[in-house]
Amino acid sequence: MEGWDPTTKSTLTRIPLLTTKAGPRDGAAWTQRLKEEYKALIAYTSMNKSNDNDWFRISAANPEGTRWIGKCWYVHNLLKYEFDLQFDIPVTYPATAPEIELPQLDGKTHKMYRGGKICLTVHFKPLWAKNCPRFGIAHALCLGLAPWLAAEIPILVDSGMIKHKDDAASSSEV
Amino acid sequence: METELKGILDDLKFLQNSFLDPSQQALIDKMRSRVDNVTNLAKSGTMHRAKVKELSAEVVDSNPYSRLMALQRMGIVENYERIRHFSVAIVGIGGVGSVAAEMLTRCGIGRLLLYDYDKVELANMNRLFFRPEQVGMTKTDAAVQTLSDINPDVVLESYTLNITTVQGFETFTSSLRNKSFSPNKEGSGVALVLSCVDNYEARMVVNQACNELNQTWMESGVSENAVSGHIQLLIPGETACFACAPPLVVASGVDERTLKREGVCAASLPTTMGVVAGLLVQNSLKYLLNFGQVTPYLGYNALKDFFPTMEMKPNPQCSNSACLERQKEYILAKPARDAAAREKMSAEVLTEGPLHEENEWNISVVDDNDLTINDTRCSGALPEGLTHELPIADEFEKLPAAESSNDADDLEDLKRQLEALNA
Repeated sequence: MEGWDPTTKSTLTRIPLLTTKAGPRDGAAWTQRLKEEYKALIAYTSMNKSNDNDWFRISAANPEGTRWIGKCWYVHNLLKYEFDLQFDIPVTYPATAPEIELPQLDGKTHKMYRGGKICLTVHFKPLWAKNCPRFGIAHALCLGLAPWLAAEIPILVDSGMIKHKDDAASSSEV
Repeated sequence: METELKGILDDLKFLQNSFLDPSQQALIDKMRSRVDNVTNLAKSGTMHRAKVKELSAEVVDSNPYSRLMALQRMGIVENYERIRHFSVAIVGIGGVGSVAAEMLTRCGIGRLLLYDYDKVELANMNRLFFRPEQVGMTKTDAAVQTLSDINPDVVLESYTLNITTVQGFETFTSSLRNKSFSPNKEGSGVALVLSCVDNYEARMVVNQACNELNQTWMESGVSENAVSGHIQLLIPGETACFACAPPLVVASGVDERTLKREGVCAASLPTTMGVVAGLLVQNSLKYLLNFGQVTPYLGYNALKDFFPTMEMKPNPQCSNSACLERQKEYILAKPARDAAAREKMSAEVLTEGPLHEENEWNISVVDDNDLTINDTRCSGALPEGLTHELPIADEFEKLPAAESSNDADDLEDLKRQLEALNA
């Protein structure tokens, strides 16, 4: 965890760790894991809200809890940029991390794999491997997606690759 | 078209006979040869050969298998025709998988199952196999188009899906189980699975499927900087599975800090991918047709032309439960294996006779080439030129039992709590 900012570190320590090592094909054990995922997400979301650092919404898109959809946003120069967020829970979960997708940014940055999967190889995958099975979806958002947005969105905005929705609307009206 | 071209040729012949001026004769000759060329081009564009019933060893230009069947005459392969009974599944039809598929197709493999969810892009054109006019097609469809032209004898099945999703995995494993092509085969419906994917997640999925099905597979990979690669044989229970130890990568041989990458646009070379595909299919052919030594792990460092090899035993503490089951089965089957080996040995001694009539000092040859790594987790020792790609999971501390007291929590209730926060 060297190299991470103190805020992320202290936030991370307060997200509950998970204990059940189970994937979507493991029946009752998966239900147990799913409960732990929810607890961690609830704790993380309410923590963000109380720290005035609310930055995502996520909920299961199917009853099995294998597909998740939501939104995430990032504030840059006092403007809020919001993106659709989605991912599948892989069959080999939690041995492998979910591949977080921001489909609207597909093709706009090279720090992304096809289909809008953000690159987690360097900053996140080793951490996930080291902490299996204690990390869950909440940790993936905190340590995978949040730093990616912080690093990429300012560059994408400054280079003009993405426009604020107000700008985009006014320029299309002209 | 052919009849039209023939007509032009006849007309030209008539013209040639009716003109006497020698300067015009040369021009007409030139025209005739151009029409011949066009005729040949038109022929090659439409030529499809018929399927063959049996592989023939006859040495004629029109036999697509004569050079392969010659492997028997040269004493390399005992029975090449067996290749028609094998099914091979290739997961990932990219720079390595597509070339491997073409090689197996040209070798006359019985059946190929192709898996990929991607489409062909212009950015793939620095690699072999796909053509610019196939841009936009799914890789599986484009592959079937090309491969069925090259060799209509091969049965091709294409699966456009992502194997890492729950649904994709179901389709993947049931297609491997399907035995309609070879009903008498033991185990699954395929002889070998080749993993030619470009990421850790997909490799772990192939590993999971093969451990569950007790399916032998081979893994291949090319590094993101395009200058190293590897192939690995995985026999569930007998050799290390992909989850037994963190994945190995071939060290590049240059200072890793100088390789700091910008972004994730991986580099690739048709050469490295072609070499790795060649190594992979070579090992597959040796495995299927039973010749030479099947390599358990072969690395390729392009910068230094270094090829490290090694063997890895399964990890008794592997995190994959299917792997542990296969390990148990393998240990239980040991007496039968030993008996078979002894029988084979004595049969060989009987047919060949002892090498030396007398062996007063009981001299015997022992293998000093035993580079086996047992449980890499404990020793951590790897041969020169290989490193681990990911760290090992830290020891999992059991949290106190207080944690389980709120197990009674209802999933629906938790969902509602999160939705309330989302509102």
